[in-house]
Amino acid sequence: MPGPSPATRIKALSDENPLATSAAVPRDVMEYDVAIVGGGPAGLACAIRLKDRKPALSVCVLEKASEIGAHILSGCVIEPGPLDELLPGWRDDPPSICVPARRDEFLFLSRKRAWRLPNPPQMHNKGNYIVSLGALCQQLAAHAESLGVEVFPGFPGASALFGGEGRDTRVIGVRCGDMGVEADGTAGPNYAPGVDVHAKTTVLAEGSRGSIAKQLIHQFRLADGKSPQTWGLGFKELWRLPPGRTEPGLIQHTIGWPLDAETYGGSFLYHLDGDRAYVGFVVGLDYRDPRFRPFEAFQQYKHHPALTPLLEGGEIASAGARTIVEGGWQSLPTLEMPGALLIGDAAGTLNVPKIKGVHQAIGSAMLAADQLVETGGGAGFDVRFRASAAGRELYKVRNIRPGFNRGLWFGLANAALETVLGGRTPWTLDNHADWRSLRKTAESRAHDGLEAMASAWRPERDLPPRDRLASQYFAATVHDENQPVHLHVLDTDICRTRCTEEYGNPCTRFCPVAVYEMVDDEAGRRLHINASNCVHCKACDIKDPYEIINWVTPEGGSGPNYQNL
Amino acid sequence: MKILVGIKRVIDSNVRVQINRDGTGVVTDGVKMSINPFDEIAVEEALRIKERGEAGEVIVATIGPGAAQQQLRTALAMGADRAVLIESDEDVQPLAAARTFMKLVEKEDPGLVLLGKQAIDDDSNQVGQMLAAIWDRPQATFVSRLHFADGNGRAVREVDAGLETLEVELPAVITVDLRLNEPRFVKMPDIMKAKRKPLETVPLATLGVDMPPRLEFGRHEPPPKRAAGIKVESVEALVKSLRERGML
Amino acid sequence: MANVLLVADHDGRTLNTGIARSVACARELGEVHVAIFHAGADAVCQSAAKLDGVAKVLSVARPENAHAVAAIMAPQLAKLAAGYDYVLAPSTTFGKDVLPRVAALLGVPQVSDLMEVVDARTFRRPTYAGNVLVTVKVPDGIPVLATVRIASFQAVEESGAAPVEAVQVDAELPRHTKYHGLSDPGGGERPDLQSCPRVVAGGRGVGSKENFEIIFRLADKLGAAVGASRAAVDAGYVPNDMQVGQTGKIIAPQLYFAIGISGAIQHMTGIKDAGCIVAINKDGDAPIFEAADFGLVGDLFQILPQLEQELEKAGL
Repeated sequence: MPGPSPATRIKALSDENPLATSAAVPRDVMEYDVAIVGGGPAGLACAIRLKDRKPALSVCVLEKASEIGAHILSGCVIEPGPLDELLPGWRDDPPSICVPARRDEFLFLSRKRAWRLPNPPQMHNKGNYIVSLGALCQQLAAHAESLGVEVFPGFPGASALFGGEGRDTRVIGVRCGDMGVEADGTAGPNYAPGVDVHAKTTVLAEGSRGSIAKQLIHQFRLADGKSPQTWGLGFKELWRLPPGRTEPGLIQHTIGWPLDAETYGGSFLYHLDGDRAYVGFVVGLDYRDPRFRPFEAFQQYKHHPALTPLLEGGEIASAGARTIVEGGWQSLPTLEMPGALLIGDAAGTLNVPKIKGVHQAIGSAMLAADQLVETGGGAGFDVRFRASAAGRELYKVRNIRPGFNRGLWFGLANAALETVLGGRTPWTLDNHADWRSLRKTAESRAHDGLEAMASAWRPERDLPPRDRLASQYFAATVHDENQPVHLHVLDTDICRTRCTEEYGNPCTRFCPVAVYEMVDDEAGRRLHINASNCVHCKACDIKDPYEIINWVTPEGGSGPNYQNL
Repeated sequence: MKILVGIKRVIDSNVRVQINRDGTGVVTDGVKMSINPFDEIAVEEALRIKERGEAGEVIVATIGPGAAQQQLRTALAMGADRAVLIESDEDVQPLAAARTFMKLVEKEDPGLVLLGKQAIDDDSNQVGQMLAAIWDRPQATFVSRLHFADGNGRAVREVDAGLETLEVELPAVITVDLRLNEPRFVKMPDIMKAKRKPLETVPLATLGVDMPPRLEFGRHEPPPKRAAGIKVESVEALVKSLRERGML
Repeated sequence: MANVLLVADHDGRTLNTGIARSVACARELGEVHVAIFHAGADAVCQSAAKLDGVAKVLSVARPENAHAVAAIMAPQLAKLAAGYDYVLAPSTTFGKDVLPRVAALLGVPQVSDLMEVVDARTFRRPTYAGNVLVTVKVPDGIPVLATVRIASFQAVEESGAAPVEAVQVDAELPRHTKYHGLSDPGGGERPDLQSCPRVVAGGRGVGSKENFEIIFRLADKLGAAVGASRAAVDAGYVPNDMQVGQTGKIIAPQLYFAIGISGAIQHMTGIKDAGCIVAINKDGDAPIFEAADFGLVGDLFQILPQLEQELEKAGL
């Protein structure tokens, strides 16, 4: 692949704004036994478990969102097992949205019809709960604080701190993001340098495609010998519906229309109480046609005759998008390195066929905590996780997702085989890198796939949101415009020359909130980045075909303000 | 002198406010709450006055539910010295709030009271003015510049016609507007320090406030949707339509 | 019949333009008396007397009333208010400053930004920056104090001829507040974006900093302030203090021209309370046309010169 080598790309992309790396900026140092980056289910579960088992430990959780839960977006149906172990009393004080699963439906859609298929065993949800993961995280955070964990919302972990040299390099903590930096990178009147958090162990729990995790996986070569990681892009809307239409606890998944057999993905629909429903869609980011528009596919799905009667006349209360890590077992990097551990979706513990990651995140988090408490360090965590129930769960389903790389029908047949055999097939299929998967535009036109898919789409839609900007409004995402752009594009010349020709600038189509635009005015053709639209999904960091986009943490507190998602 | 700053816990300004199903109020479940942005500016101003050596102590106070402690801790983390929570789960209307604050004023005897000009939930813009009346002291509202000399405050107010300068004898009530300052960021070590600063809780009922008559709140509804307009065919048609509407 | 005392805002020479609209609200409630506090502004009293629906003008003249200082005016107004069922003020910085002080002196609540009279004691008002409209009722037995949201009412005609009555109010006035002057914010020759009743805004469709001249020219013709969409600011056509929208200024002009602006919801949030929105855009499917009162699809570079000509012809 021509262009700067991966090493150069990552090194160049890690160059933060000058203030962040300047030795001349005095910084406070705060010390902890364990510093956890990310206030999602994994990070908070790890914090709780650490304090439960060894109250004397000093533990902090750094979270880039202005409050816990504001950046959390997930389906979400959880298997309660690991949560029951972490917090036995959680059912007495459940999160504000918590609906027991009642009925599962699995449908295949064609443009006009829907066929019930037998529920795959991984999608039997009896005993599970539909929750707002954001609300659950708020409860976890409150519990963590009551145990003495210091939770810092509004303070992102921006980059890792290292000590030692060469083979002795270790992670000694993280530098928190600077506040009050102006758009040109200089210190504004309220400039406040980020604190350097030093910790004996740093736990990366940033979720899918974590930015520090990305840096560390590269630095410590944790992905060597593993299958490439692969992701999906998930969209979700919370709908308030006219009374009487919902069946609380109904869980419905569909495959088929509006996607074609070559594009992995499908929908989810979870009926809540109070005449509300979660409506969502996931598309594999290994899709092939650069002209494909994931957001549009989601909106098309909502217009299927099986769904429109539910949604007509309703209104969207909240919406957003986030990538989902799909690589599973074979893409799991080594989960430990000197001074740090990877847990949850930052590691890639999500179970794709179940479309569930929370129980795995919590499971991996508790194991990491146990390892730290029992041995005083993280060494051995990788082996421990892989041998655990959570690890074995991933192993069992490892071949299901990659089977779909050969199309829907092969994928389904392979999934059936793998399910029946419980993953005991003697092979492990490889995943492929999403950024490599795009066909060039010319090739795609010849292939004709998108045209065929789009011909089965409605030319007009009448359900909200009208377009990506209207959807972005419901994410309530906010970034002070006077700050450096947090989406670093290594070489924007590529955008307006090579990429335009080879792929037609797919970033302008895959971003859920239209951050990227190719603008053509009197000043010429160029990439324009509407950074303040960003919902922190990380799709661009994953999918851009030249690997030249690096997402870094914007000023603390920036980003979406998801409510009840 | 002592500065007393009043703050209010409100739905965060970035939240898309939603009306509840029966139209009796807004949805607050699971919704992010913050310090009223104008009050944050008031806290910041108090801190700057103290840092200039013109005040000795900054006390921040709020009337609200127990959870409002969160907002007081944020103000303490910004640098306030101590906090008072006048605890009440009821919705306290402006005149009641002003009379309640007066009790605190009587107790603390501040040289200056700073408040945001209005709370972004109710948008009443009354408490500061009412407090000044009850206290029988000067008021300067919508202030965008403030400095002190010889026991007097010089306040520049943003009024419709421009910028008005008032000189007020202290003690006085100042309500602050957007352009007065840009509040500082809270720093992590200060969050830790704030946990150790004094925060006193006083139940509202124990203050013996003479509660005034209350406004009765009825239906809450969204603003009417703008009706779709028409497309005109030409510039002439446009000008004609605008004139008919009285717009030109 | 109920009686209404409306305190008027003026600058010593002319009556505030909001008063004619406030009278429209006041006369829905009862017989309207307008109070003018001044130190020799008889012309103002005469102007108030002309407003349709005003039954009487009360002229409260004394040297201390030369400038509107809330602490000085409130005790007088509180005394004057005795016997009135309603005490109103326009919701201008003047009314917002003085009326709550009066309410506290009288020991009664105040309704801020009254936008609609539902009945004699029930009103609608905006909260949450106008996103939630609330109906409030004032309990019986107390006067109704309210500031009037002037954008919600149409100005009354000026065909009246009410008597002007000089009134002495016996009230102790404080000396702790001194007025020191009024100055222009120094914004320059163009009207203020936040307060001008007419605004012309340009978007990315304008194409360049140089091209923005065409927007400025139209604005000058209309005596309008100039605004811009975020896209235009991002592209460097104009500085960011001209940005209108969710992350810029939220404005409510009577007339708003959106030129070459697509009308994404983030922009529309900034102008949702505008009186009349005119959209000019070459993309007929742009979302702005769904919210604009009048839309003209076409090339702004052709339309705007034509528009200037038409305005010229119409003598505007």
